[in-house]
Amino acid sequence: MTDTATQPSPSDEHPVPAEEHAHPSEWRYIQIAIALAIVTAAEVTVYYLSLAKLAMVVILLVMAVVKFSLVAAFFMHLRFDSRLFRRVFITGIALAITVYTIVLLSFGVFLTNRHVTPHVNVPSPTASQ
Amino acid sequence: MAIVEREPIAEATLVETAAPSAAALRRPHATTGAWSWFTTIDHKKIGILYGATAFVFFIVGGLEALLIRLQLARPNGHVLSAEAYNQIFTMHGLTMIFLVVMPLSNGFANYIVPLQIGARDVAFPRLNAFGYWVFVIGGLFLYSSFLLGGAPNGGWFNYAPLSAHQFAPGHNIDFYVLGIQILGIASLTSAVNLIVTIINMRAPGMSFMRMPVFTWMTLVVNFLLLFAMPVIAVALVLLTFDRLFGTNFFNVSAGGDPLLWQHLFWLFGHPEVYILILPAMGVVSEVLPVFSRKPLFGYPFVVFSGIAIGFMGWGVWAHHMFAAGLGPVATSGFAISTMLIAVPTGVKIFNWLATIAGGSVRAKTPFLMAVGFVTMFVIGGLSGVTHSIVPADTQQTDTYYIVAHFHYVLFGGSMFGLFAGFYYWWPKVFGYSLNDRIGKVQFWLMLIGFNATFGPMHILGLQGMPRRIYRYAPGMGWSTWNFIETIGAFIIAFSVFLFIVNVWRSKRAQVAAGDDPWDARTLEWATSSPPPPYNFAEIPVVHSRDDLWRRKYVEDEDGKVMPVPPVASTEEDQEAGEVHVHMPSPSYFPLVAALGLPIIGYGLIYHLIWVDVIGLLVLLTGVYAWALEPPTEPEVEIEAHGEPDHPDGDGEPEPVPALTAGGTEGGSE
Amino acid sequence: MSALATSAATTRTHEATPHATSTGLSNVKLAVWAFLASECLLFGALISTYLLYRGRSIVGPYPHQIYDIPYTSVSSFVLLMSSLTMVLALAAVQRGDTRRMRVWLLATALLGMTFVGGQAYEFTSFVRQGLTLHTNLFGSSFFVLTGFHGAHVTIGIVMLLSLFGLSLRGKLGPENAETVELIGLYWHFVDVVWIVIFTVVYLIPS
Repeated sequence: MTDTATQPSPSDEHPVPAEEHAHPSEWRYIQIAIALAIVTAAEVTVYYLSLAKLAMVVILLVMAVVKFSLVAAFFMHLRFDSRLFRRVFITGIALAITVYTIVLLSFGVFLTNRHVTPHVNVPSPTASQ
Repeated sequence: MAIVEREPIAEATLVETAAPSAAALRRPHATTGAWSWFTTIDHKKIGILYGATAFVFFIVGGLEALLIRLQLARPNGHVLSAEAYNQIFTMHGLTMIFLVVMPLSNGFANYIVPLQIGARDVAFPRLNAFGYWVFVIGGLFLYSSFLLGGAPNGGWFNYAPLSAHQFAPGHNIDFYVLGIQILGIASLTSAVNLIVTIINMRAPGMSFMRMPVFTWMTLVVNFLLLFAMPVIAVALVLLTFDRLFGTNFFNVSAGGDPLLWQHLFWLFGHPEVYILILPAMGVVSEVLPVFSRKPLFGYPFVVFSGIAIGFMGWGVWAHHMFAAGLGPVATSGFAISTMLIAVPTGVKIFNWLATIAGGSVRAKTPFLMAVGFVTMFVIGGLSGVTHSIVPADTQQTDTYYIVAHFHYVLFGGSMFGLFAGFYYWWPKVFGYSLNDRIGKVQFWLMLIGFNATFGPMHILGLQGMPRRIYRYAPGMGWSTWNFIETIGAFIIAFSVFLFIVNVWRSKRAQVAAGDDPWDARTLEWATSSPPPPYNFAEIPVVHSRDDLWRRKYVEDEDGKVMPVPPVASTEEDQEAGEVHVHMPSPSYFPLVAALGLPIIGYGLIYHLIWVDVIGLLVLLTGVYAWALEPPTEPEVEIEAHGEPDHPDGDGEPEPVPALTAGGTEGGSE
Repeated sequence: MSALATSAATTRTHEATPHATSTGLSNVKLAVWAFLASECLLFGALISTYLLYRGRSIVGPYPHQIYDIPYTSVSSFVLLMSSLTMVLALAAVQRGDTRRMRVWLLATALLGMTFVGGQAYEFTSFVRQGLTLHTNLFGSSFFVLTGFHGAHVTIGIVMLLSLFGLSLRGKLGPENAETVELIGLYWHFVDVVWIVIFTVVYLIPS
């Protein structure tokens, strides 16, 4: 989270005006939107294909990451804007993914075949403490 | 929560576009007088407000602690009923954490950080005011529960499902979930504000590795707040929905899992621990070099271990849950990370010791308090490492050993550090020093009382005395230590009373402190005491770490430190002439917006939709009027008034007329 | 020693918040990014809660019985396209074309309202099929997660309409492009959150 801060600021001595970032053209925005639409269509298609569960999960997750990155990189200008913004945002995402994955793993969410025991509730010996 | 200071809009849309209520209210201009404290957006005044408010809560929380100790002084105590005891110990914890240590740290951050980085104010002055008002109102909301049927009684970690409606049918826990939610909004806004301030508002030359350690630790803390507050927000939302709208998140009979609350709570709760301690570490890292007359030993190590603590603080939360049975893998992992996090903390301890070693120490009160911090925190840190030994932790869980541990880090740590900050920065903030003799007496009494109160808790805990019991039987062998603890608690109370006496007497004595009474090292001492509203007439250009020290002293070729020869700068010492500083104008709207939140809260608790609607309208009115009002009234740029800004701060007549910006026609009162 | 406080011998006007910040970056934009980073943990916790409780409901209805994937795909598409109109509004105002900006802002708000309206319809249809907040863990975690997202979209719509109102009164010109950009950032963030929710909640089978 503080990786941003350890970076010496580029302009400590002489503040410069906000850096100019070349925003992409409107045509580029439309291209991105078309790509997003195509990926969304593909997602829905994959949903209706009877793939193995693992394959389906992987494909769907990859496509979601692609869409997420396209929007963040182009529409939110992270690709063109200061690295600092990118780092702050990625810190948030990475932290969220890490800690919540650990939480879910500790519940065994991704580990057990939960269809077998759908209603098992992890007993908590100290729930009443 | 998505409140952003939208300056560009505001520039374009002046008064006529403001919401109807805004048209009725003229923009406040006064920067002095009682009313100005309600509309101020000056980071220094807000800092003082934070400090004063938190100190009031400190006294309230202290009185609650005394009630607890009176109840436990003898076996089978009769002071409190079981229900009252539950409410009192819960509110004691909530108060000390959310209403004392966090806002006190925030008060120091508010006041000191902009001065330390050479800024005129924080990045978003009105957001700053909003954060303060939300904090006050959240605190009052929480305390209003005493009048409305009973305070929260589920402990500060409020484990679900015991806190669910089924087992806690009253409104007590409703006040917990909504009150802490409101306080979380305050912390989040202030975190965004301080992060932007520290990253973006540094004076020219103030690179990150030249920043004072207190500013550094504030930056780390606010990143922790930024990422920890949403986690507790979700936990509170889930419990709120369970309690008020009948969802099943913690309803075990529907398959809900109690561990979810524990994970979310401690995922917030452990970073919170560092949110409470890191500011005090920052204070100590400022105080020790000044009173040892040496630079901080190993500055980069202190900074990076602070950052490391900030990161690792996210990887240890489950050590609060060892007794819940997480399985061997999770337990081992968290045990190891808990051992590891002691390393950066230990690095800091040795750096502080090395800073003192070989220095020409002046044992003034701030120094004593800082040394008290280091020693007591070492004890608390060591008992903390014992928790990483899982079998031992299983024995210690829910005993007084835990209570001993966290009071050694939170009182022995944070509070000693914050008291060091009080004594250290008081002359800067108010222009007069606190009495050093009374301060020393206070320090020793507090140290003795503290150890008498919390030291024996280690023993009692290991003997098996559970925490959160309101009575114990005479034959348990706990009576003597409990009695000693109660005496210790009253010694602490007396020491706090001495502090108040000290403030009162020092204020009357008004011993002018001067701008740099401690011969200090950082920029806040380069301006007057108290600083003018705009902090620095000329934004300083920073050339080194400990910039002020470098301005005052040079090293000769033998490495001997000698004062910089005075430069005959007659024109500089003269009247400063005209300084026009365009400061942001005061505003009603942060307060108005903040008032909406508790109204919404009450509406939710009592299921009154129309109250919620009113609260929402108040909030929206405040936010809209705020967004549409320009940050700075263009026409009220004002020149000098001779009035010092702080009512308490008129001890030292400035050689130069203090220049108040933003004051206006009626504002000179 | 108050050299710094009093050394200004010249008459000079200082801005309290100089536009040139120490990183050269805009304060408000940094604040918005920090806020969005914080929101990641908020939605992360809600999504994790949903994942934890998926397949743990004791009584139905269960997700696969009730989701209408074609319907939700369309409304997801609508929200996705609102990101395009949003960024076109920004491009327009940066060019100084306030008329087009107004059109795109309104289009974005309307697409957002379509999405929220669709969500309201989806909720009522679920309720009619017997799934409420109280029914089971699925109902609780689904409605709270998507409801929170819908609330975020609603706040975005209010901000967009406010911008639209300002622009009608001629108060939103190219000099306010950053305001449009910031509200756009929030809007896109809400959109990417929905990208995750659509995949993780609707498409991935339990």
